[in-house]
Parts: sequence; structure tokens; C-alpha cells
Amino acid sequence: MSASELDAISLTVALASITTVILLVLGTPLAWWLSRHRGNVAALVEAVVAMPLILPPTVLGFYLLLLFAPDTALGQLWQQLTGTRLAFSFSALVIGSVIYSLPFVVQPLQSAFQRIPEGLLQASATLGANPFDQFRSVVLPLTRRSFVTAASLGFAHTVGEFGVVLMIGGNIPGETQVLSIALYDQVESLQFAEAHRLAGGLVLFSLALLFWLYRRDRQLLWGVRA
Amino acid sequence: MSGLALRLDCPGDQDFRLQLECELPDRGITAVYGPSASGKSTLLDCIAGLRRPDAGSRVCFRGEQWQLGKQFTPPWQRAIGYVFQDARLFPHLSARGNLEYALARRPGESAITLEKVTRWLELEPLFDQPPATLSAGQKQRVAIARALLSAPQLLLLDEPTANLDHAASQQCLGYLQRLATELELPMVYVSHDIEEVSQLADHLLLLEGGQRVDQGSMLALCNRLDSRLSQEEQAAAIAVGTIARDEPQYGLTRLDIEGQSLYVTQLSQPVGQQRRIRIPARDVSVCRQYPRQSSILNILPVTLCEIEPGTGPRILLRLSLGSQYLLARITRKSAMELDLQVGDALFAQIKSAALLMEGTDHIE
Repeated sequence: MSASELDAISLTVALASITTVILLVLGTPLAWWLSRHRGNVAALVEAVVAMPLILPPTVLGFYLLLLFAPDTALGQLWQQLTGTRLAFSFSALVIGSVIYSLPFVVQPLQSAFQRIPEGLLQASATLGANPFDQFRSVVLPLTRRSFVTAASLGFAHTVGEFGVVLMIGGNIPGETQVLSIALYDQVESLQFAEAHRLAGGLVLFSLALLFWLYRRDRQLLWGVRA
Repeated sequence: MSGLALRLDCPGDQDFRLQLECELPDRGITAVYGPSASGKSTLLDCIAGLRRPDAGSRVCFRGEQWQLGKQFTPPWQRAIGYVFQDARLFPHLSARGNLEYALARRPGESAITLEKVTRWLELEPLFDQPPATLSAGQKQRVAIARALLSAPQLLLLDEPTANLDHAASQQCLGYLQRLATELELPMVYVSHDIEEVSQLADHLLLLEGGQRVDQGSMLALCNRLDSRLSQEEQAAAIAVGTIARDEPQYGLTRLDIEGQSLYVTQLSQPVGQQRRIRIPARDVSVCRQYPRQSSILNILPVTLCEIEPGTGPRILLRLSLGSQYLLARITRKSAMELDLQVGDALFAQIKSAALLMEGTDHIE
């Protein structure tokens, strides 16, 4: 395996790991809020979260590209804070991935949270548990499996990302050239043997992960809404 | 010391509004009784803080304002225990884990220890079981223990026997009765079962459509002709007797009530203990002379002390038996023909069926 392939693999793993951690931190309170609210505002937020599921990734990438440009407010703020450009950077990839994979983390969590009966939280409250304690001592233990599912899906989906990365990351080896982009490069330059290595590897990885998830619990996947 | 002072205005789940101003006593078991959708559970939720009644409401317990104006103490800061109809044990914890959950969060030291509660409610054999493997009655025992271990100063119970079969619910009532006397813990007990209420309650709050209909001491309220309880077909008096003797050859127990004998289905309580007996008015008839050679076992000398005014075909009599009372539902025609007058000395005949409630008394 070539150095550039190894670079692409480690970059992809780093991107997916960081994205997954950020998604769990942001997605948990968001999913909890969605699971406990009804009405127009909640429906709108839910729709926004679900959008990456159906939008072509290039649409998301296009708008993010415009947003990250050095002459926008965000681009300039980033420049001032970090001294580097946001567009075509690894950080831009992380932001894009977080948005792109958001539904894959939020939906399984939200549906797991919705299955927690309000009555259990009430019981916990009457026993002296404040809301944070209720979440930690009742909700978390009862939804642990869904957290594993959500993290796995978020990770896998980020690994499989292509369109957004291509639009906002470009193709800089060691900085933004992730696996899917490296594969695209290889096919473009007719390196089919190398392309087989990466493509086959990704197929095996996805299959193994999904097999493991489905075997754990067939219903917990995809956050099927009751 | 005043117990619980309430002024509540709160929309209920169904088509009613709980609007109530009352004070509940600081000791004993207060039963909240009424038909469904009368606001019983809403009332408990307001006391617990699980529901926030509208502005202007007030909840004050032993001088501590739990709700007043803008101030609202959340449920986890109120010294309450809550036993729900459906137990609500945490499914990811064992029975013991559920108890330890309460122990870990109680505000301070308490005389109620894990060992005591385990002994009272006979929980030892259930300790390592997950809630899913427990019977409804066992779950409810664990739930009661869990609520006690949070060291409450007020125990709220929402129809804890609703999902239990007869034997299990009798057992549960027995435990509660014992706890109420041993712990001196005031309880607010919601129920729609008058039998249960008669057995357990010291004090009664009658609700209907979210409003208070009547309130007072259980015995007094039951034995009054004009209380809401007496207007129903189920009008009944509650007599308190001492267990005098078992007659196992007949499957009966003789109770001593004001020096008179009353036979009921054999009870499992020891001789000498006090016991409440609910005597439905429709099972009591009166006669002027002592009926000799009657098949009716329970014939008590009484004095007629009140006749319900009214024009219906049936009327209600209040009869005194020493310091206690019985109610009798008879036809207006019989009352006319017997020429009943207040002060008359009569004999009350109690149909045995009334006191032979099958299985009711096998507590242990």
C-alpha cells in the first residue's frame, strides 16, 4: 500500500473519529430536545436535521463552500481566530461532515429517547433525582445500545462521504484527501488495481460494521419512528 | 401541626379542572376517593410537583411553601415518596438496585433503613431479580420500599392495588396499614375502591369533577346520612370491633363490637386486634322484636337515632350501637307500617352475606 493511500486512510479515520465525537456531544441534547417536544418548531428542526438524508451532497457542499470563503463573515472570523484559511482545510471537512452525518446520529438517539416512558423520569424525580441525574441514571443506561448504534452510523457515514468533501475540501493529500477522494483519483488515472484495494476495503468495512449492528438489534437501526 | 394546605387550580387530563382548597391532616392515612376523572391523580401530581397548577395555586407542607406565587419547588426537592399505580421500577436495575437508587439520593439520615424495609415488606428473596421477572404484587412491594427509602415526610399513593389480584391487593393493604402505624408517616391514598378506603383510611377527601364534595374523618363521614357517601347505592357504615374468637369449624370469626357479637368470615388476625368492618346499608334491616329462630346470625340491639328525610321509595336510617353507628336502607312503606320514630329501640339484622366477603380477609 502506498504512502498516499496510508495517508488517506489515517486522514479518513481521524476525520470520522473527530466528527463522531462532536456529533455525540451536539446530537445528544438535540435528540433529547426533539424527543420531548411536539409542534411546529420541533417539526422544523427535525426537518432540517433530516435534510442531508435526501439532499445531494453537492448541494450541501456548494453552500458550505460559499459560507467558508475567505470573504464571508465566518471565513474572516476563522482567519482571525486561527490564522489559517477555512476553505479547503481539514477543519472545513469536519464542519461539513458534522452537518452531513447529523441525522445518522440524531435519529437513532431520538427514537431511543422517545421510548423512555415519561413515568420513569417522574419516578426518578420523586426519588430526588434532578433532570441531569435523571438523564444520567435512567436514560443513559436504557439507551446505551442506541449510542453505540448512533456512533457507528455517524462514523461509517462520514467514512463514506464524497460529494461534500469534494466541494469544500478539494483534494489536498494529507490535508483533505480522504479515502473516497483518493479512490476517485485512482479511477480517474486508470489505476484499477489500487482502486480495487480501496474500494474492496471500504465494501468489507461497511459490510462488517452493518452486519455487527444488525445482529445486535435489528430494530434500533435507522431510528425507525413509532 | 398543620399538614398539607392546598389551593389548586389545574387542568386535568380529561375534561375537567381540578379546583380545590383544603387542608389535609398531618398524620394517618388520608384517602382521596371519587369516580374516574374526578381529579384524584391530578391532585397527587400537584402535591408531588410533577404537575404545575396555574398561578394563584398554593401547596404548603408543614409550613414549607412548595408552591406559592412564582415560587415552585421541583419534585426532586420535595420530601415526598410516590407509589405509582404501575410501580415504575427502573428496568435496568435489579430490585435491590431500585432500592439503592432511592438510598443514594435521600437527603439525610433516616430511621428507615434498607434492613427494616426489607423485613417489613419481605423483600429478601426478590433482591437480585430484575423487575421484569416480578409479579405485579411483588413489583408494588418493591415500589413501596423504594418510596420509603427516599425518606419522605409524606407518602403519596396512586391506586397502588389497581393492577393486583384480590389476594395481592389485600396483602398490600396489610403492609400499608402496618407501615402507617409503625412509621407515623402521613399518607395520601388515591382510590376508587370504597372497600379499600373503608379498611385503610382515617380521613377522607371526596372528589367529583375536580371539586371537593365532602371531607372529614372516615368513620364520621360514612356514618352520616347526608354525606355524599350515603347517597349512593353503596351507602355503608363502618364499625370497629375487636377480634374475640375464631370458630374454625364454621369458618367464622366473632368480633366484639360495643359488647355485642358480630360474626364475619374467618380472619387471619390474632385475637385482641382491632378490625374495621364495612356494613352496607342495603344489607341491614330492622325489627321491633328480637327475631327468634332466625337464620340470620348477626342481630344487634340498636337505637334509631336519625331518619333520612326524603320522598323516595327507600329511606336511610341511622342506628346507634353504643358509641358506634349502623346504617339501614329500608322501604318507606316498612318505615310507615312499623311507625318508626327517633329514639325507638330496635333490632338490626345484618344479612351475613354482607360480612362474608369471600377471600377478603386472608391477608397473610
